[in-house]
Amino acid sequence: MVNDPPQDAAPAIRVRQVWQTLESVMDPEIPVVSVVDLGIVRQVRAGQDGQLRVGITPTYSGCPATEVITQMIRTALDQSGFADVTLETLLWPPWSSEWLSEAGRRKLEAYGIAVERSEPGTLACPRCASRRIERVSEFGSTPCKAHYRCLECLEPFDTFKCL
Amino acid sequence: MSAASESVRPEPSAEERFEYVLRLADTSLVAGQRLAELLGHGPTLEEDLALGNMSLDLIGQARLLLALAGRIEGHGRDEDALAFLRDAPDFRNVALAEQPNGDFGETLVRQCLLDAWQLESYECLTGSSDRELADIAHKAVKECRYHWRFSSGWLARLGDGTEESHARVSAALESLWRFTDELLTPDALDARMAVCGIGPAPALIRERWETRMAAALAQAKLERPAHQHYPWHGKRGVHTEHLGHLLAEMQFVPRAYPGATW
Repeated sequence: MVNDPPQDAAPAIRVRQVWQTLESVMDPEIPVVSVVDLGIVRQVRAGQDGQLRVGITPTYSGCPATEVITQMIRTALDQSGFADVTLETLLWPPWSSEWLSEAGRRKLEAYGIAVERSEPGTLACPRCASRRIERVSEFGSTPCKAHYRCLECLEPFDTFKCL
Repeated sequence: MSAASESVRPEPSAEERFEYVLRLADTSLVAGQRLAELLGHGPTLEEDLALGNMSLDLIGQARLLLALAGRIEGHGRDEDALAFLRDAPDFRNVALAEQPNGDFGETLVRQCLLDAWQLESYECLTGSSDRELADIAHKAVKECRYHWRFSSGWLARLGDGTEESHARVSAALESLWRFTDELLTPDALDARMAVCGIGPAPALIRERWETRMAAALAQAKLERPAHQHYPWHGKRGVHTEHLGHLLAEMQFVPRAYPGATW
């Protein structure tokens, strides 16, 4: 789908349109949350020349999905008429799970992935909500997740780490 | 730091900055490649995943640092050119990072000694006057905390475990301890970067590393080995024989098929 390039729209409107486009780009490994929900898209800003820049940040330095995500964002922008928007990688401030949106947290939990918060003792099994859980390993199926087990329903589950 | 002392702080040359960033980059790259050799060979599934995750973090840090080194050098070499098209004498990693995996105890002891050094180094580098280096350090330090929790946790379990596990990690500690002197003894470049406000004061790293390791060794019921003289200088490109073999495997594809892409 190729929309008409919204070149004439005022920068503020174009910034909003870019955000809307990015909200449709889902994480390739957790397809229920968007790159905006995950806090991977850090900012969309218009320069003085009217040029729009999308700032993205990796979750972990070595996350192999980062390149795929960058390509997906590029494709989505191109297809929505934003081929002139540039992408830049931002390392500061470093990504942390605090960047996850509330909507993102709820979507992850509904998908079966618990989300660790900075306050201890708040982690619960995403299936039965029990707090009787144990950590199997701080390292899980992707760099951003840890591996837990519920002692109530005995199911294993992934947890988005508090980085 | 006062404005006055800022203004008199010396500036390092591009060559000095390049060398310094390479030391950090190559240490992460070589350590990451060593852990990658264990993929599919971890003692349990969880440990296999953990070692693979740490390898990814380290290679990711190396990529950011090598890209920075390439920009500083200004000769058009990117992170791939620096990783795959240099030979062993051009690598600036500390020699500890290139030591072979051995058994799980040896792998763990090597990681533990290195994790403590990386953690303390990156924590200090978050305050570097080099903004790009400080940004990478902020990212890396969070990952190194996980690595340290993993390796020091296993050190305690193996050291304070069975007679067999205790004997094995003790032997590994004894054989790898000699490589720690290079981590903690500054050379002229370390001292210069500290004066320039880019690198940490070398005495600070030694003090913090010693404190961290002493606590971990006590918890693991392991004896701190006696000081051993260190005859290698990986930071200046003088390596043990192990690095060449590691690079031969790591660099084979890009060298055999120049310019190949996915």
